[in-house]
Amino acid sequence: MEKHIRLPLTEETARSLHAGDTVYLTGTIYTSRDAGHKRMCEALEKGQPLPFDPADSVIYYVGPTPAKPGHVIGSAGPTTSGRMDAYAPAMLSVGARGMIGKGARLPQVIEAMKKYSGVYFGATGGAGALLARCIKKSELIAYEDLGAEALRKLYVEDMPLVVIIDSEGRNLYEEGRAAYLKHHTK
Amino acid sequence: MIEKLCIEANQLLPKDVGQALRCCRRQEDWEIAQGVLDQIIENFEIARQEQVPICQDTGMACVFLEIGQDVHITGGALSEAVDEGVRRGYERGYLRKSVVKDPLRRENTGDNTPAMLYTEIVPGTHIKISVVPKGFGSENMSAIRMFKPSHGLSGIKDFILETVEAAGPNPCPPMVVGVGIGGTFDKAALLAKKALIRPIDSSHPDPFYRDLEKEMMEKINELGIGPQGFGGRTTAIGLNIETMPTHIAGMPCAVNISCHVTRHRTEVI
Repeated sequence: MEKHIRLPLTEETARSLHAGDTVYLTGTIYTSRDAGHKRMCEALEKGQPLPFDPADSVIYYVGPTPAKPGHVIGSAGPTTSGRMDAYAPAMLSVGARGMIGKGARLPQVIEAMKKYSGVYFGATGGAGALLARCIKKSELIAYEDLGAEALRKLYVEDMPLVVIIDSEGRNLYEEGRAAYLKHHTK
Repeated sequence: MIEKLCIEANQLLPKDVGQALRCCRRQEDWEIAQGVLDQIIENFEIARQEQVPICQDTGMACVFLEIGQDVHITGGALSEAVDEGVRRGYERGYLRKSVVKDPLRRENTGDNTPAMLYTEIVPGTHIKISVVPKGFGSENMSAIRMFKPSHGLSGIKDFILETVEAAGPNPCPPMVVGVGIGGTFDKAALLAKKALIRPIDSSHPDPFYRDLEKEMMEKINELGIGPQGFGGRTTAIGLNIETMPTHIAGMPCAVNISCHVTRHRTEVI
């Protein structure tokens, strides 16, 4: 199914999304990858606040290239999400609801998604130039010293995504492949 | 020259890779896979028109130099000149700086140096420079194994399929698969990387390996992983095998995985 979603990503909206849905996302999202997640989880352990309010937020696993003059951002496609698996359950537990990335997730992340009504979206890996066109605003909000890994607040319009894992734990990587193989081995 | 090659390699997809993607799009009959391939094709066209990187992972700069043995290089250290080219290319080309100084302490070098430099002395009076920006989403899914000779051809075939299967959706499929067989532990890995630079519409000169390349491509595209792992025919757009002699006791095999943005740019000076 094709759906147009406006952020923030409420529990109700999250629960209405299912693995395999095509989603066009509009609203504010936050970027973070390996080093940013490590710092945010260290802050959570110390009881310190995060650089943004995690409630109903969507985090995009991306480290963009520098913006050319006149551009909002450089190329900005997803990075491999599995490297954030160590941090994702903690982020979900404080209210972060959506994750945008690519690649497989560990069972403990999927369990946390079921518990906290999380959604894992896939953006097309390697399509950084195409995805950058959906990003209308970009603002550096924290961890500037991390360079490409710094935290950014982005405003996106109709960002093309696919729901890979939904809040019930259904997984497009398993279902999509199985459906294709079933269809082609008839 | 290296500055220019770094920038061009990141903006312009090699012709053979672009053609393979279009060809796979025509052959793909699974709807979600068609949509992903359309995005991938549109993406590399946008990158070329707007002169921006195809992918935000502008890679580690692998630089291969084939240096003619009659060439004499003056005016400073070669490796420093290569790093200076990478430094300028990544700064002036608005490319991402993705290199950390130390593998465990992980502080960014800030300029994407050092390059991963490979030099080879060859006959002649020229230098052939290839810049290969290598992304790590796919590099992380690569594997090497030291086989016993008794494992034979079937051991190699299983290993290639096993590596692609384990990579699954992570390396941004459709992928390009580079296989290196023979040599030593390190040489097999280098052969696998070199296999990724060979045009994907070319074949191994030895018919035995040419047939193996074809067979493994077909087997990989029967796995059903598909573009981005959402299911579909197009799991790989190319597979090259490179080989060399090895020891009587061994059969090293390395599989270097690359994504649909398999980049390289070569010039001769």
